[in-house]
Amino acid sequence: MNKIQLPNSNVFLSNSEYIKYFEKKVFKTILKYKLISKNDKIAVAFSGGKDSTAVLYILNKLKDRLKFKLEAIAIDEGIKNYRSITLKAAKKFCKENNIKLHTFSYKNEFSFTLDKMVKKTSNSPCNICGTFRRYLLNKYSVKLKFTKLATGHNLDDEAQSILMNLFKNNTAINARLGPITGIIKSEKFIPRIKPLYLMPQKEVAIYAFLKGFKIEHVECPNAKNSFRNDIQTFLNDFEAKYPGTKNSIINSFLEILPLLKEKYKTEAKLTFCKLCKEPSSKEICNACSFLKEIKK
Amino acid sequence: MVKAFIERKNKTEELNAKTVMDLLKKLNINPETVLVTRDNELLNLNDKLEKKDSIKLLSVISGG
Repeated sequence: MNKIQLPNSNVFLSNSEYIKYFEKKVFKTILKYKLISKNDKIAVAFSGGKDSTAVLYILNKLKDRLKFKLEAIAIDEGIKNYRSITLKAAKKFCKENNIKLHTFSYKNEFSFTLDKMVKKTSNSPCNICGTFRRYLLNKYSVKLKFTKLATGHNLDDEAQSILMNLFKNNTAINARLGPITGIIKSEKFIPRIKPLYLMPQKEVAIYAFLKGFKIEHVECPNAKNSFRNDIQTFLNDFEAKYPGTKNSIINSFLEILPLLKEKYKTEAKLTFCKLCKEPSSKEICNACSFLKEIKK
Repeated sequence: MVKAFIERKNKTEELNAKTVMDLLKKLNINPETVLVTRDNELLNLNDKLEKKDSIKLLSVISGG
């Protein structure tokens, strides 16, 4: 049987050794950054893709050992030929692993699917989609009395976000990144944790493959032309030419993150949207601003 | 010729390639973006390929 070579090293692991290596690294990330506390009630933002499936599977394995409760939340944005496929896989996975799944949709919440929304605004689909997804995840995590929201963000996602904010001069937004995010503590604002923070995308894919997760390999039709997609290609090209680039971005970012959090602590005052009463840094939150435009 | 099924494009290409790295270079595919498998077993970049190999290139890109 072929052994798997770990990236940027001469270490070769058998399938079972790789699974152990991966799960141990995630466990160490959870401990190192204190992502989970005893008696936490954690919701995993679950799309049915490889990253959130890996997070849900590993947290489900750890829940008795670390003494926390675990459920999953899925968001149906209403993207034809994409989300319906991944949601089907998500429901099946939760059923097989005996995990409670809550599903919320843009259609029920906002009266429009994402496909309809994008036709009514000039904003980019990823911008609208991310805003409404974060809005629903926070709203229902709070409503269902979860203490933390775990996401499938991996090392590549984080490195992309750091560069995107850097390229757009959004330093204050970078202060909100890291393995445990949000610099404001409030009952209306759920802390988000990223157990795959130190796991490169390819390593997550290898883990999902070896575990035999039934992942539908469909890509979001809106993602192809996004800024994130360009940054992803740029980073992958750099990583291939200069191995270790992504790791270096994360490590140097982690060095300066405490300073960023300190600097933006005073500026980050939690206020609430005048219209929906959800947390927002503006008088009217982005979700309500988009809705106003869409409903015109 | 090696047969390579590219999942992202749902397309099969036939070409000469001596190693996995050689195959990816000829297909202009970044190794960061795919898992390469043969008979449902993962291959490393330096692994050698045989003429009649049937290879699958699985996409690792996040769906979101």
